[in-house]
Amino acid sequence: MNHLKTGLLMAGMVAGVATMATSAVQAKTLIVGMACDRTGPTQSVGVVLCPAYHDYVKLINSKGGVMGNKVKVIEIDTQYKVPASVEAYQRFKKEGAVVVALWGTPMTQAITPNLNADHIPGTSPGFGTAAAANGEKYPYLFPMAASYWSQAGAAVTFAKQELGGDMKGKKIAFIFYDNPAGREPLPVLDKLAKMEGFELKKFAIPPPGVEMKVQVQDIVRRYRADFVISHLFGKGPAVHIKEFKRMGFPLKKVLSFVWGAGESDINGAGGWAKAQGYNALNFAGVGSDYAILDEIKAMYKAQGKDGPKQMVNSVYYNRGILAAAVHLKAMEMAIKAKGSGDITGEDVQKGFLAIKDFRLDGILPPLDFTELDHEGGGWARVFRVEGDGFVPAGDWLRGYRDVVIEMLKAE
Amino acid sequence: MFHRESGYFKTSYQADMALYPLPIAKYTIWAFLAIFFVACPMLLDEYHLSIINLVAIAVVGVLGLNILVGYTGQISIGHAAFMSVGAYTAANLATKLDLPFWLTVPLGGLMAAFIGILVGIPSLRIKGLYLAIATLAAQFIIEWIINHTPSISGGVAASIEMPRPVFFGMELANQAELYYFLMFIMVIAIIGALNLVRSRIGRSFIAVRDQEIAAEIIGINVFKTKLIAFAVSSFYAGVCGVMYTYYLGIANYENFQLITSIDYLAMVIIGGLGSILGSIFGAAFITMLPIVIRLWMEAFGSIFVDDAALAQVIAQFRLIIFGGLIIVFLVVEPDGLAKLWQNIRNYFRTWPFSY
Repeated sequence: MNHLKTGLLMAGMVAGVATMATSAVQAKTLIVGMACDRTGPTQSVGVVLCPAYHDYVKLINSKGGVMGNKVKVIEIDTQYKVPASVEAYQRFKKEGAVVVALWGTPMTQAITPNLNADHIPGTSPGFGTAAAANGEKYPYLFPMAASYWSQAGAAVTFAKQELGGDMKGKKIAFIFYDNPAGREPLPVLDKLAKMEGFELKKFAIPPPGVEMKVQVQDIVRRYRADFVISHLFGKGPAVHIKEFKRMGFPLKKVLSFVWGAGESDINGAGGWAKAQGYNALNFAGVGSDYAILDEIKAMYKAQGKDGPKQMVNSVYYNRGILAAAVHLKAMEMAIKAKGSGDITGEDVQKGFLAIKDFRLDGILPPLDFTELDHEGGGWARVFRVEGDGFVPAGDWLRGYRDVVIEMLKAE
Repeated sequence: MFHRESGYFKTSYQADMALYPLPIAKYTIWAFLAIFFVACPMLLDEYHLSIINLVAIAVVGVLGLNILVGYTGQISIGHAAFMSVGAYTAANLATKLDLPFWLTVPLGGLMAAFIGILVGIPSLRIKGLYLAIATLAAQFIIEWIINHTPSISGGVAASIEMPRPVFFGMELANQAELYYFLMFIMVIAIIGALNLVRSRIGRSFIAVRDQEIAAEIIGINVFKTKLIAFAVSSFYAGVCGVMYTYYLGIANYENFQLITSIDYLAMVIIGGLGSILGSIFGAAFITMLPIVIRLWMEAFGSIFVDDAALAQVIAQFRLIIFGGLIIVFLVVEPDGLAKLWQNIRNYFRTWPFSY
């Protein structure tokens, strides 16, 4: 009995010394807060995007973490609700998060004042207000992907290409969901219409944004648009593909903003065969043909599992990769600058600004953050439905950057 | 709670109607004030205070809805729209005219009350579910108007950045400072509601709810009473909206959509229709239950699966547990948490000599 006691005591002491020894050299655990929507109105995106984020972090952790520091993600499902998001943010702050991933435009707006006060950088790829890309006004908010303004610029650039390089007198229809996010690109489009001399007509789709037969008929039959730019959410994109198809309008002349670009939208419209030619803007690469995704698959395989099933929805999956990759890159930059893993939100904010030409083997555009431009350049790429998937229609582009920057400064 | 009533005799109507009929109730109030105004801000960290802040905001909104639905019996599913009226009124006043919070809070409430009266007019002719649909229309109309009027909504993004409330030169910015601000308004709202429902007006609310024709026969102006109920309810909603706006630092109509109205209706029903205490219980329950479930699942779930898988499990199971618990509580006591509390109290009143 006594032997057992001493034995246990010894074992305990050895274990204690061992943990002390490891903790002395052990690097810090870096905390990331992620607000997510897996059960709310935008769950179709959340259930793909959030696991992708976790996958990327797992991959980096399996390789030893960010410069030797492990990353821990605290995810909170906010159901696209503001009070829940506020609570989630306070939780992240309490846990010592050095960067937070926000979700949803109203929530981003509600949390932005806190970010600046608490010096914790937050990211809002593809949502939030376009004016928030102005880093001089919102130093701690990083949209880190093309805002609706930049998307409008990219859309007009693409339309110009498709229309043979000259837009004078051409008729462009803009069909959009009638809420603040939907109306956001209007000032840019109005400006570009004057600059390029095309005629712009706006077709608003009232909430809930799924009934648009009349508007589509109007665009195709009465207005006879030369090109259509669409900006819809939720089930809206699938419906508008169907309606344009039914009217016999060539989908090659339809370009959707980033929230009408998912595989789920194509499935909702009746499958790939029904959506041939449909174009959509993206701020991360589409498809599974990237080195980083192969690495994730290999990691799963090494554990004896199949690859993540969310990867089928490559559009949202890759956006999750984008968010994770940029966050971890910013941390890496912060650690490099500081020389240790003991970083704060302020360091990570500077880390974001230190990111230059970050491509991650082509899945990302050449992101490049500056004091003013927290969008990372406002890059977008058009992907087109051809055969059984999306194929790129041209390279990464940013249209009318000067116009967007000018508006950013004016805000 | 665990006090005896024996030995206290009421000799006047006033004593019978008093808010605290027993001396111990008075001490309880002081104890609560000490806990919430002294102990809580000292002992709790910012995270926990932020949860109480959200509850405090919700309490004001639920009180308002309970006055309308619980006390007067008029169903409304446009409550969130009145909040947005208050929020945008206060935001415009605070940004354009630089008014301080002690003016914007009541003015936001008054504007909401005015709109509430307009929306309440159909309640003379239509009742029950039909009225619910009429208020639903109000929800969409108000939302649309805010969304499409830049002079109200402050531009294309329909959101106005709100300055922090300033109290004698001190900007209330962090959670602890905002805690006092929100708690103060909440306490006033509770006291106001407590006194309202035991006044002549409050009794006429109940009379209208219980039997409209009988109420009319005993000389209550039903239409006027209903409009007052709508006005008071909307006033509370408006104040709730203003609190939200100050708390978040932004007025945005997307915080006040139909789903929010439904949430508040759920708080009223779970807390207890026609009960002030129930409003507080309902607001606290619906706001905090998902958080408690999540914290609990995080603590135990990490034993079984890794973080990434756990996130998905928590998100889904939380909904199931949340819905299940609501059903359980309503089956145990259909009159809500307030009645449940009363049952417990009544049990202990005679304990251990109950028969």
